[in-house]
Amino acid sequence: MRKKWSGLALAFGAMVFSATAYAVPPTAEILSYACAGCHGTSGASAGPSMPSLAGQSKVFFIDAMKKFKSGERSGTVMTRLVKGYSDEQIVAMADFFAKQKRATQTTAVDSALVAQGKVIYDNACKRCHLENGKEFEEDTPVVAGQWLKYLQIQMGEFRDGKRKISEKKAEKVKSLTAADWEAVAHFYASQK
Amino acid sequence: MTMERRNFLKLLGAGAGVATLGLAGCATTNKAGARKVVVVGGGYGGTIAAKYIRMQDPTIEVTLIERNDHFVSCPFSNLYIGGLLPDLSSLTIKYDQLATNHGIKVVQAEVTGIDAKAHVVKTSAGDFPYEKCVVSPGIEFRTNEIKGYDPEIMPHAWKAGPQTVLLRKQLEAMKPGGTVILSIPLAPFRCPPGPYERTSMIAMYLKEHKPGSKIIVLDANPDIVSKKGLFLKGWEKHYKGIIDYRPAKKVTEVDNKNMSVLVEGIEEIKGDVINIIPPQKAGHIAHVAGLVGDDGKWCPVRSFDFESRKYPDIHVIGDSSIAGAMPKSGYSANSEAKVCATNLVAMMNGRKMTEMSAINTCYSYLSAKEAVSVTGVYRVNASSQAIEAVPGSVGVSADLSETEAMYAESWIRNILVEMSS
Repeated sequence: MRKKWSGLALAFGAMVFSATAYAVPPTAEILSYACAGCHGTSGASAGPSMPSLAGQSKVFFIDAMKKFKSGERSGTVMTRLVKGYSDEQIVAMADFFAKQKRATQTTAVDSALVAQGKVIYDNACKRCHLENGKEFEEDTPVVAGQWLKYLQIQMGEFRDGKRKISEKKAEKVKSLTAADWEAVAHFYASQK
Repeated sequence: MTMERRNFLKLLGAGAGVATLGLAGCATTNKAGARKVVVVGGGYGGTIAAKYIRMQDPTIEVTLIERNDHFVSCPFSNLYIGGLLPDLSSLTIKYDQLATNHGIKVVQAEVTGIDAKAHVVKTSAGDFPYEKCVVSPGIEFRTNEIKGYDPEIMPHAWKAGPQTVLLRKQLEAMKPGGTVILSIPLAPFRCPPGPYERTSMIAMYLKEHKPGSKIIVLDANPDIVSKKGLFLKGWEKHYKGIIDYRPAKKVTEVDNKNMSVLVEGIEEIKGDVINIIPPQKAGHIAHVAGLVGDDGKWCPVRSFDFESRKYPDIHVIGDSSIAGAMPKSGYSANSEAKVCATNLVAMMNGRKMTEMSAINTCYSYLSAKEAVSVTGVYRVNASSQAIEAVPGSVGVSADLSETEAMYAESWIRNILVEMSS
């Protein structure tokens, strides 16, 4: 087989070498591997303020990227990096990370706050963040097992109005105090 | 797509592999190297190339050759110089977990040459035949361009390790009211914002611990190379009167006895601590192996898989390579390694290659709590074949940011864990 085609291959060789037109467009893998520098191999984050993307809801991932792109969700590096990708590429990456096994970490949590957070979760969060935040429903993210630091940053942004709260969520969380948000963060971080 | 077109592409995909082997003229004779990849260099590029080849195809035997039994990260080493880190241990990785988790053979040896024709990497621990070779040797200094240069007296601290510790000790030993000189070479060099982060970190240290001291920055470039507005803002906010930045000042000679530097051989400036970052070129082994281009400095590569333009089946990634618009950074090396690994696995299995997509994100600290970043997403331009930034993806932070300092800390954790496990 090799011999049979080698003459032809050599004839086309220069063309193959010089033209990416004969390479396939970036795959989900090659696109997503690049994210690991900040989000960890296969999206399992080792950094306390960086979210794990492994096992994340595909719908949520796409939605979050769209919001970073439009500026609806504020950010630092993400609002810039997201502009480097087409909508199709974002879908491919969402698919890649959704297929990875959900990551957990070893944050130290306060057990009293975890218990307090559980009560708040049952009252206010459970209907959308299913199974203690381990499962997702459409556009709600998987939050269980994320780093405490990351959860605290996000809860803080919801609390201070820096991150927009969806209407269905706003109704549920309007009465939460800063201490309540903190307790919920500990609860989600404690989930394995 | 029609059947004919699919077959045509498939043929071309397979053809690329055959042509490569054909050019090498030896893959059929060198059976010893079949299904073997040898990776030279265990830094930001090499560790990731080795890991991502094994992740994608565990039937390929991967040997990682590195002269040291550990690696110290240059990114974040400025924080140690500034006193924010007690030592370099949090920036140091070992290779044992990487080896066990992914079945990579890690060999501690000095690479002495690469026989591109025979497909053999020559080392102090013997010969290693390969089908494909990945070279990620970082940088070497063009010390001949600075007359009298001695890194033991005027450290560069641009390869993290003992040099970083030496610079820190010199700063600690300096008397209050002293003068630090930092010399920055002409671009391109490793880590474009690095010298300006170092300026900030040294200034922070002087402000806290050596009252009345100052730092004179002699930049060979006509202006600050990276994140200019943000650095100037941070210097104005935190280090007014401490930083004396002087553009277009190329240090050409040093006087180790008098502790002074000469700018363009004329203007003599004295300092108590002198940090010379010399001009740079591709790592030593890239020169020995003949991978360096006509400029005598850096390695030309094919943009979508980083194959050397000089020899087939040798791929050059990281600081040594000419990667178009991508800066010479740790993140770039990490991202380039994955592109290289993915396409190398494709070629070794007769599959079509994938167009490259890569990221760079570089954080720089301005103070103990504030950092800024620059980002970019990269691709190959279809007509020029050069690596270019995707429009809109390149940008810097809006302002100095405590949040970004937190993200930076998580970045260094993630990337070092990715390299070492």
